[in-house]
Amino acid sequence: MKLSFSAEDERFRNEVAGWLADNLCGEFEQIRHRGGPGDEHMFVQERIAWERQLYAGGWTCVGWPQEFGGRGASIEQQVVFHEEYARAGGPGRIGHIGETLAGPTIIAFGSEEQKQRFLPGILRGEQLWCQGYSEPAAGSDLANIKTKARFCEESGQWKVSGQKVWTSLAHESQFCFVLARTDPESVGHKGLGFFLMEMDQPGIDVVPIEQLTGTSEFNEVFFDEAVCGAQDIVGEPGDGWKVAMGLLGFERGVSTLGQQMLFKNEFDEIVRLAKINGAAQNGPIRQRIADAYVGLQIMRANSMRMLSGGGSGELQKEAMIYKLYWATWHRNLGKLAMDVLGAESEIIDGEPYELTRLQSMYLFTRSDTIYGGTNQIQRNIIAERALGMPREPRG
Amino acid sequence: MEFKFTEEQEMIRDTADAFLAQTSTSAAVRSAMVTELGYDPKLWSSITQEMFWQAIHIPEQYGGMGLGYVELVAMLEQMGRYLLCSPFYSTVCLASNALLIAGTEQQKEKYLPEIVAGSTATLAYTGVKGCWDASTIDVVCKPQGSGFVLNGSYRFVPDGHSADLLVVAARVPDTQGEEGVSLFILPASTEGITRQWLPTMDQTRKQAQLEFHNVCVDGASVMQSPGCAWLLLQKIIDLATVAISADQLGGSQQTLDSTVDYLQQRVQFGRVIASYQAVKHKAADMMVKVEASRSAVYYAACIADEALQGGPLGSQLAEMASIAKTYCSDAYFYNAGTAIQLHGGVGFTAEYDIQLYFKRAKSTETFLGDGAFHRERLACTLLDGEVMA
Repeated sequence: MKLSFSAEDERFRNEVAGWLADNLCGEFEQIRHRGGPGDEHMFVQERIAWERQLYAGGWTCVGWPQEFGGRGASIEQQVVFHEEYARAGGPGRIGHIGETLAGPTIIAFGSEEQKQRFLPGILRGEQLWCQGYSEPAAGSDLANIKTKARFCEESGQWKVSGQKVWTSLAHESQFCFVLARTDPESVGHKGLGFFLMEMDQPGIDVVPIEQLTGTSEFNEVFFDEAVCGAQDIVGEPGDGWKVAMGLLGFERGVSTLGQQMLFKNEFDEIVRLAKINGAAQNGPIRQRIADAYVGLQIMRANSMRMLSGGGSGELQKEAMIYKLYWATWHRNLGKLAMDVLGAESEIIDGEPYELTRLQSMYLFTRSDTIYGGTNQIQRNIIAERALGMPREPRG
Repeated sequence: MEFKFTEEQEMIRDTADAFLAQTSTSAAVRSAMVTELGYDPKLWSSITQEMFWQAIHIPEQYGGMGLGYVELVAMLEQMGRYLLCSPFYSTVCLASNALLIAGTEQQKEKYLPEIVAGSTATLAYTGVKGCWDASTIDVVCKPQGSGFVLNGSYRFVPDGHSADLLVVAARVPDTQGEEGVSLFILPASTEGITRQWLPTMDQTRKQAQLEFHNVCVDGASVMQSPGCAWLLLQKIIDLATVAISADQLGGSQQTLDSTVDYLQQRVQFGRVIASYQAVKHKAADMMVKVEASRSAVYYAACIADEALQGGPLGSQLAEMASIAKTYCSDAYFYNAGTAIQLHGGVGFTAEYDIQLYFKRAKSTETFLGDGAFHRERLACTLLDGEVMA
């Protein structure tokens, strides 16, 4: 066991930190620490400009293979990049869905033509993507997708109809990858297709969802005979589930240490406020702050295990607990922030409903234990896959 | 960064697992735990003479194997898993660490080979008040000639009634807290020492009370930094804290494993109860706690290794010890309690071993400070400094 990074990785760290110090300033100063979860609707144009700045420095898609324009960075270097990015206060990456989901899916399963057409736009930060998976009747039961894709022989195109929901950045994106049913008779994960669709067309309508924070990061997306070129399906009709799930197998959690750096920033802010308002001398609050710190440090150790392990295809238990663990921890941190502030926690920044960063974090963390697999779904997965207990009934 | 066991470390863990599966069976534990000694001398003899476990992290120059804390922790995890009854913890994780951290060169040369040869030893520092910081030290040492005279009581001393060697903490008269602390090493047979076994709720870990009445020690018994040894003692305690967390991790894991086995067999309403979601979700929560404990303990073991070798991350020892102990104490107790609940009626019987884990969870939780104690220790560092801009 060894905890430290190699000398080469430390040199890489200095390079990343140096570039960020030189570039995340001037016009970009205002977007430092902005645009993360709960704040994704802010500074959209500035963050698009920042994506291009990153590309100019060669810092988009660092984990992609070099043949597709990436850096081909090792797992350790990707971890280092995410850590330094978070440490520098790098803004929420508006291109992250393209870089971490659409791009790697196209690299793994896409045709040559798809790679040439879609990857450069992601790499250059010019084209933003959104994810069309969830539907009103397909949340935890994701395979219960109703959106249909019909191949129209006359036009030689796919026609997609249905509704997606919880689609972040749909209103800013040029493209969406969409899971839709190619076999209308099919149920569950069979008979689905994975489509790469242009958002700017008459058949697609984006309607923002107002959240409990008063802001809108998510959208409903309505498809009414929306078109998708015959060449823009990834794999064959019926392969959609395999393509959509294939990516999960590659996920090693390189961004988790960066995520924890954001958590650490929030934690530090809570500590600072507690010292100022005297909550730091309140016994129960002291216990809870220390408990949050314990949870965060173990989260980091757990990520390091996650990043070091596997490879042999063995079940990584530390990876299976990760979502349930961090989401629950973060939700508790949100409540702790409010309890540290006490009576002052109720007072917002201004009309009509302008929340402070911590208030916004507090409210937004209620979604952490829901999106990307609810805590209940996570417990099912752990019990069934890691502990070998009987499966829940599935349609 | 390679945060996983090497092949050699895996082999050490697997060897411990296989050995203890044979020797620390339920019947063996139950027969050892009801004796005053608390362990089977024949088993201790095979551990020390055949397996050589007591030598694991003692440097080769003193006759040890010269391995590190990660290897030690890998074995301790298995000992917790099998509820091993033995003086291993007190000898290796308390006394050997005390010698490694605070022993003079002469003391290391004299006593470490004795421990390697199979002598038992322990550390006594807690007084009758039963807390775990420096204020607990009650025994007073007065200078006399080239040595000292010790008077006072120790309580809650692991294996204190049976250990061959004692490392003890005492304070200079009229000092308090972290001031005036000295460490001594002496044979338990030294005149003036009375030892009394304290029967305990958790019968797998033995405790004793030691009375010191005009115990005379010479200069050779005085360990490093006389009069200001608290920092050394704190480091010894932190290393011991990491070690007990590893025992807790093994216990947490076993409560989960035996519970899942039971749930897969027990049928009610025509189905194995493992198929009920209310039950599955409890088991999943137990696994989260096991895996998070594992991440904490292995990380803390790497830090402990650096602390012993003088590596740069060694300065994190106090913090990581508290983090591991806080989490593992609460996790083990939660898992053992939940395990009884999920076992239903049989979980409440003496026959099923789960009750033994429940008791060991509580005794290890209390020992060296519970979750609340270590959270307060962390809070002092986090919250009592100046406000940063």
